[in-house]
Amino acid sequence: MCLAVPGKVLESTDVGLNRIAKVQFGGVTRTVYLDLLPEAGVGDYVLVHVGFAISKIDEVEAQRTYALLEELGNLLEDETGQPESGA
Amino acid sequence: MKYIDEYRDAGLAKSIAQAIRARVTRPWVLMEICGGQTHSIMRYGLDELLPPRIELVHGPGCPVCVAPLEIIDKALEIAARPEVIFVSYGDMLRVPGSRSDLFRVKAAGGDVRVAYSPMDAVKLARRNPSRKVVFFAIGFETTAPANAMALWQAKQEGLRNFSMLAAHVLVPPAMRAILGSPECRVQGLIAPGHVCAVMGWREYEDLAREFRLPVVVGGFEPIDLLEAIRMLVVQLEEGRAELENQYVRSVTREGNQAAQRAMERVFEVTDQKWRGIGPIAASGLRIRAELAEYDAERIFGTEGITAEEPQECIGALVLQGLKKPADCAAFAARCTPFTPLGAPMVSSEGVCAAYYAYRRRASGGPQ
Repeated sequence: MCLAVPGKVLESTDVGLNRIAKVQFGGVTRTVYLDLLPEAGVGDYVLVHVGFAISKIDEVEAQRTYALLEELGNLLEDETGQPESGA
Repeated sequence: MKYIDEYRDAGLAKSIAQAIRARVTRPWVLMEICGGQTHSIMRYGLDELLPPRIELVHGPGCPVCVAPLEIIDKALEIAARPEVIFVSYGDMLRVPGSRSDLFRVKAAGGDVRVAYSPMDAVKLARRNPSRKVVFFAIGFETTAPANAMALWQAKQEGLRNFSMLAAHVLVPPAMRAILGSPECRVQGLIAPGHVCAVMGWREYEDLAREFRLPVVVGGFEPIDLLEAIRMLVVQLEEGRAELENQYVRSVTREGNQAAQRAMERVFEVTDQKWRGIGPIAASGLRIRAELAEYDAERIFGTEGITAEEPQECIGALVLQGLKKPADCAAFAARCTPFTPLGAPMVSSEGVCAAYYAYRRRASGGPQ
């Protein structure tokens, strides 16, 4: 139920009471409501849940934390000479 | 896909697992709250990457699983009416009520439809003015704002044929009930990333403080979950009990305030019964009294329906981290996703369904 999928906002328009976006998920594009995330704009990555964008993905934080994780992996590799091969 | 593929990197997963192994000196019991996280752990075999001293137990974060039997019975009663189009998320259709399920109601001629979004139900109401469209609104804090938006949209459009059978549940009160139980063995919590994307993490700071245990807000991909586990292990080994956020790319301390406001405009906090666990104070959301004309319970007079929980399913104990699915005599024998005795075997987030899909061999059940 709490599944939410990241996608990229390609365009957004106001339709009646709603703000509606075209959001790309891999090769698929779907219509998504932006009413719960009015600050989302074209080019942003958003998490989409039951047809609504609920959160904007912070690209800077994502890159920073992922780089830290990779660093951790490299550090372990240096210590052991090679990445461990199994559980 | 960006923000998915890189978080499934096998080499990085092994590195994090190795870092966990290097840090662990004692046994620790950790709980992931959300059923989506449970499924990721099982699907990618993350528990098998961990050292044996780390035990993962599974939490109550499956709204379908914790929906009380009587709300299913109410849904069945409403869905069977000839004037009704009953709209539900797909997970609910096979969940057994006292005597039937929504699939059987549909087979018997009930107009039961599956929706991807609650706004699909609003569209149906718009297109079918002579029918009564009822949306079965279940979910945690992640889903409640979207459901609230659907009801608000119907009100704004003046749709008189739209209503909602609502059974929303809130995570923190349930976690308090579980962590406060004398039988609880949980020493660290992975908080549900998408609930926190909406609500922020302040309520989980309170849990960390009240129960003196580390809490890490975690995402749903394998790298997210392993990193959340590593962060918990580091805290436990250092004797800390703090709130930390692993899912920084999507979760902030304050959460999505527009979504919180949308939810509060339509719903109010109420006591809620949890399947198998019983009533928990202030653990649910109901439609506000001033929006009663959209409340299917009032429209169809189902408020008085009650139901006795079946004895055989141990789902409630599984959802509190006290048992594993394989501890149940019926697991993968009399209880399968096709003939479920309880909701945890039905839902795509149900812990028994996860073990059935990924761990039947390990649990000794039939293949």
